[in-house]
Amino acid sequence: MSGERILEAHQLVKRFGDFTAVDGVSFAIDRGESFGFLGPNGAGKTSTMRMISAVSQPTSGDLTIFGLDPRTNGPLIRGRLGVVPQEDTLELELSVRLNLEMFGRYFDLPRATLRARAAELLEFAQLTDRANDRVDDLSGGLKRRLTIARALINRPEILILDEPTTGLDPQARHLLWERLYRLKREGVTLIITTHYMDEAEQLCDRLVVMDHGTIVAEGAPRDLIVHHSTREVVELRFSTDAHDGLAERLEAFARRVEVLPDRVLLYVDDGDETLRDVHAAGISPASALVRRSSLEDVFLRLTGRTLVD
Amino acid sequence: MLSAKEPQLGWPRWRRSWWFHAVYYAQTWRGSVVSTVLFPIFYLAALGVGVGHLVAAHSGLVDGQTYLHFIAPSLLATTTMQLGEGESLWPVLASVKWIRSYHAAVATPLEPEDILSGKLSWVATRAFATGVIYTAVIGCFGALQSWWSLTLPVIGTLVALAFAAPMTAYAATVESDASFTAIYRFAIVPMFLFSATFYPVSAYPGYLRPVVQLVPLYHGVALARTAAYGHGSISSIIGHVAVLGAMSTLGVLWGRRSLRRRLIG
Repeated sequence: MSGERILEAHQLVKRFGDFTAVDGVSFAIDRGESFGFLGPNGAGKTSTMRMISAVSQPTSGDLTIFGLDPRTNGPLIRGRLGVVPQEDTLELELSVRLNLEMFGRYFDLPRATLRARAAELLEFAQLTDRANDRVDDLSGGLKRRLTIARALINRPEILILDEPTTGLDPQARHLLWERLYRLKREGVTLIITTHYMDEAEQLCDRLVVMDHGTIVAEGAPRDLIVHHSTREVVELRFSTDAHDGLAERLEAFARRVEVLPDRVLLYVDDGDETLRDVHAAGISPASALVRRSSLEDVFLRLTGRTLVD
Repeated sequence: MLSAKEPQLGWPRWRRSWWFHAVYYAQTWRGSVVSTVLFPIFYLAALGVGVGHLVAAHSGLVDGQTYLHFIAPSLLATTTMQLGEGESLWPVLASVKWIRSYHAAVATPLEPEDILSGKLSWVATRAFATGVIYTAVIGCFGALQSWWSLTLPVIGTLVALAFAAPMTAYAATVESDASFTAIYRFAIVPMFLFSATFYPVSAYPGYLRPVVQLVPLYHGVALARTAAYGHGSISSIIGHVAVLGAMSTLGVLWGRRSLRRRLIG
């Protein structure tokens, strides 16, 4: 990593009328990094993305992208960005290849360049054999890959992806992640929003956790887990609904106890040992699971809520 | 903070948006040719030749013209109005809401104003081309009596813009197409029928004539007739152009606001 600041945001605010979608967020991203925004729907991720895509203007705060101010240099900045929106915005009536070439025209790329890049990106997205098909006939996963390929037509220095794998099946998801690793290796800076903790853990060097328009934590996924959670988690399910009384009894066994509607989480260093102690104390859950802490636990710790409702 | 200019080597940004529409049309033109080229010719044949025969038998000329020569210019105005409307309502709502093409475009160097300029310049291109074809066709029917008829494609373009600009602006503000059908039924179709399109304004009772002059399409019809016949007063020409020009200009100003709000707000 070169350590060159490619994007810097200071106290960004975005308001829509009385509603404050983004409430004073600050972060800085280095060239070549892959940076994530993790948070539930409505946390302000998309509004933040639209600002750092130089599409919508902050209500207040400072933002520099490539050292430029998007208020005055929007077109120039956008010419060096690639944006993958949450919903595909492909031309369904047109062919796969034409979607790439027509989009490239917005960047004023000459026709010969367009043709060469379209061929290259079709290969990258593994869509070469579908090049002449109508986009409407593609599956969701293929459309998503085409949207990403299209966002790369101008060889962007930063690729911004808003919920890139929402709605995809696991296989399509993994293929997409693999393509994103490849871009990262080639030096493209990735900025990703997601409400999937596994995606954030897989893809992001560093991330911020957002909730209600603010950043509640920042760091590498592993560091966040170490800092805000314990090593392991014991998940207990009970056949009764009487979690409340149980929680008090269980507190003796764990550093922290979280009571969710369907299960009780014990934050501990050694899950198996805790589970033995719980059983020894005569508490018998209907089912028990020991797992490592994840970003989900970090989020729960910081906000008191789960990521995916 | 650094400031820099976008390198301007190739096309201005609005023209990239125009190109998008042109390529899209090149891929999907077949359906629209029927409505913009064949329908007016059908009307011309059915009404101009068919009804014209009755008119000739009963009252001879209309405003000093055969019936076919009377309605030929007005059909240019109605056709380009419908072209302007057809390019604006549903396609624009699709571009901001369903397909979201305009949202994709504002993530590139294009600004909302570029998208509007590209759209309207494309409407102008299509209207002009339709005007050229249509003028040639009515020329074959012998309906061109003056060199001024060569301005008919320009008049068609102005009519198309007068409707396309405000309708684009409006379509960018709505969430559903529910109102579009009403616009078509209660504005476009009545204008098509009652803008002195098929009979002169003098056919209306005196108290209705000023009302007809409030109808936007009437000014396009009157202007097209003036050009085809090669006679009309300068003041009425200026008046017609002013009405259509004002609709276009206000539409552009409104469209810049509504697209900006919709796309980058």
